[in-house]
Amino acid sequence: MDYGFCDLLVLVCLIEDPGSKMWGVVRHKSIRPAFSTIRHFSSAAKEINVREALNSALDEEMSADPKVFLMGEEVGEYQGAYKISKGLLEKYGPERVLDTPITEAGFAGIGVGAAYYGLRPVVEFMTFNFSMQAIDHIINSAAKSNYMSAGQISVPIVFRGPNGAAAGVGAQHSQCYASWYASCPGLKVLTPYSSEDARGLLKAAIRDPDPVVFLENELLYGESFPVSAEALDSSFCLPIGKAKIEREGKDVTITAYSKMVGYALKAAETLAKEGISAEVINLRSIRPLDRATINTSVRKTNRLVTVEEGFPQHGVGAEICTSVIEESFGYLDAPVERIAGADVPMPYAANLERMAVPQIEDIVRAAKRACHRSVPLAAAA
Amino acid sequence: MNLNRDGDTLMTLMGTTGIDFPGGTVDFIPEMKFIYGSDKERIPCYRVLDDNGQPIADHNFVQVSEEVAVKMYTDMVTLRSMDTIFYEAQRQGRISFYVTAIGEEAINVASAAALAMDDVVFPQYREAGVLLWRGFTLQEFANQLFSNKYDNGKGRQMPAHYGSNKHNYVTIASTIATQISHAVGAAYSLKMDKKDACAVTYFGDGGSSEGDFHAALNFAAVMEAPVIFICRNNGWAISTPISDQFRSDGVVVKGQAYGVRSIRVDGNDALAIFSAVQAARKMAVTEDRPILIEALTYRVGHHSTSDDSTKYRPANEIEWWRVARDPVARFRKWIENNGWWNDRAESELINNLRQRLLHTIQVAESVEKPPLADAFSDVYDIPPSNLREQEQWLKEIVKEQPQEYPANISV
Repeated sequence: MDYGFCDLLVLVCLIEDPGSKMWGVVRHKSIRPAFSTIRHFSSAAKEINVREALNSALDEEMSADPKVFLMGEEVGEYQGAYKISKGLLEKYGPERVLDTPITEAGFAGIGVGAAYYGLRPVVEFMTFNFSMQAIDHIINSAAKSNYMSAGQISVPIVFRGPNGAAAGVGAQHSQCYASWYASCPGLKVLTPYSSEDARGLLKAAIRDPDPVVFLENELLYGESFPVSAEALDSSFCLPIGKAKIEREGKDVTITAYSKMVGYALKAAETLAKEGISAEVINLRSIRPLDRATINTSVRKTNRLVTVEEGFPQHGVGAEICTSVIEESFGYLDAPVERIAGADVPMPYAANLERMAVPQIEDIVRAAKRACHRSVPLAAAA
Repeated sequence: MNLNRDGDTLMTLMGTTGIDFPGGTVDFIPEMKFIYGSDKERIPCYRVLDDNGQPIADHNFVQVSEEVAVKMYTDMVTLRSMDTIFYEAQRQGRISFYVTAIGEEAINVASAAALAMDDVVFPQYREAGVLLWRGFTLQEFANQLFSNKYDNGKGRQMPAHYGSNKHNYVTIASTIATQISHAVGAAYSLKMDKKDACAVTYFGDGGSSEGDFHAALNFAAVMEAPVIFICRNNGWAISTPISDQFRSDGVVVKGQAYGVRSIRVDGNDALAIFSAVQAARKMAVTEDRPILIEALTYRVGHHSTSDDSTKYRPANEIEWWRVARDPVARFRKWIENNGWWNDRAESELINNLRQRLLHTIQVAESVEKPPLADAFSDVYDIPPSNLREQEQWLKEIVKEQPQEYPANISV
């Protein structure tokens, strides 16, 4: 859908050298992560990046179950716009790694039909922004068919791809769809952060009998994380609907998902230096939402900051806030702080873009406010 | 797949007479010649029985046995009786909604007769006849319409949105045309499993304007999927006539644009439909290819019970199609001429059907509604905690305030 402007010349270039001139790739190569997480771990655990984690998860599940297949734009010959499907075409052949015509509504619908009748498709959106063209099939077909058919038709399908703000790609390529999909019963919505998340959650998504929206983050693909031997085992799988406490603390709870987990951990480090002990919850699953873990934490810390990149209205933070108000209102010692993207379409200009998405210092300030510490008005950055 | 991915070769092959382009050689011509949007001569329509049920000279159709022909006829009559009586039930306020297939019985039943039971059907909502042919009983239809506890959809869908795994008939979606791409996906699944079966999908002239139709045809061609697309071009999408729907020569020509083998058939000629679908099925299954069938017909009934079509189309037009081009009467003449049917068999069938249908309504109406627990199941394979909690709350409330809830619904 995004290279509809391709004329014959571009087509010829593409045929000559599918590596150099395609728009999506020019964009991809020019992007640097907005921040670079150089994390220091004392353990000698093996490190893999999120791209390798996703690729190995796909590979293992395709190897384990011949009904699993991958389809999408550029997933085969080109190995994915972000190289998540590297090596899979060679290993599993064109019947199981399908390059499709450029119609999101087409391959999403065809994936749903294939899932209706026995296969387990993994549908890649080049980015989740393009899933808007296919949302009828995700919501009306995939999410509702099991219910509408009274359990006669299950839809074991995974819709996956990068979601949320990338860098320098403007309004139509920088948006978080977590709250959109999470508002729909019948769907499961997963948001991996680390390599362990990526492996464990993608494998869980592929094995799950229900439709799963799997929201990756382009800026995390190249980031490396230490992974345990257990997480590298092909039997590894994470439970859907369970959050992970990434860092324990006692003064304030910070909930986050996807890239914002990294920001929340950075913020927690800063807060620790100022004597505030923050507990960071990596949500992992937006639907089902692990309300129990969130409320248990809030009952311990008595303060809550929610962090997300998406728009604030009807966002994930709003839902978490409601859950805490409903279940743990009496435990709150401060108003809930909600950090979200700005309520505007994403600006292109780098300075404006930075202001439109949450930054680490925003989280730090919010946590301090929740802890009744004085917060200077000037931006810390 | 003969895609030429080698750019250098592509360039050097641009000779003076033609270009070896992916998909085959394209000739060069010096004249500037635009292709017309539609030819003056329209694509002809395949039919083998004339309006009086007489075989047309030089006809070419698949021979149908007496047994199959009589079942086809009785199912067409059954479908029409069902439509008449269930439509009346809606008018009496006993059910909320209904759609009839009046005028399109031949497409429904003859196409079903030409398929194998393993073929997976992705219907729109005007193909109850396919399900009838496959053995869904009149009582099962009535149970769905009345949303009682025996409805195998657990009362979750509007009336006339049937679905039955047992009959390879995928639950009807209200969304127009989404089933077309689902059929392609299922066809791909059948192909991967090397099954001796195809997927079949039905839709209307209006549905052919949806993006799903175009995506589905294109993907089916590229994926070489064994799928039959059956378009019931009945002239009207609710109140929109086909002249406002598209300016092409109907739907059949769109198949060619996508590289899909296609045929136009007289939708009111059961024998032509049967023959075309059987031939299409053979090609789809043995050659792994999609086939498009455009059946020309007319929606004699209203769009649904929410519609009064006399407001936007002339009554004499409806009447002409109802009487002069009736597919059921035409097929009856043919089986009568073959000595397979007579007036006595006809009156027995009609009387018997009326009794049976009225009985199914009485039974369906008296059966209790699905239990409350069914409101929560099947959202997911295993209900998540928030749904289990809600179900528990509801049960407690019903227990506390029984007078507020109907006594004939089990918890």
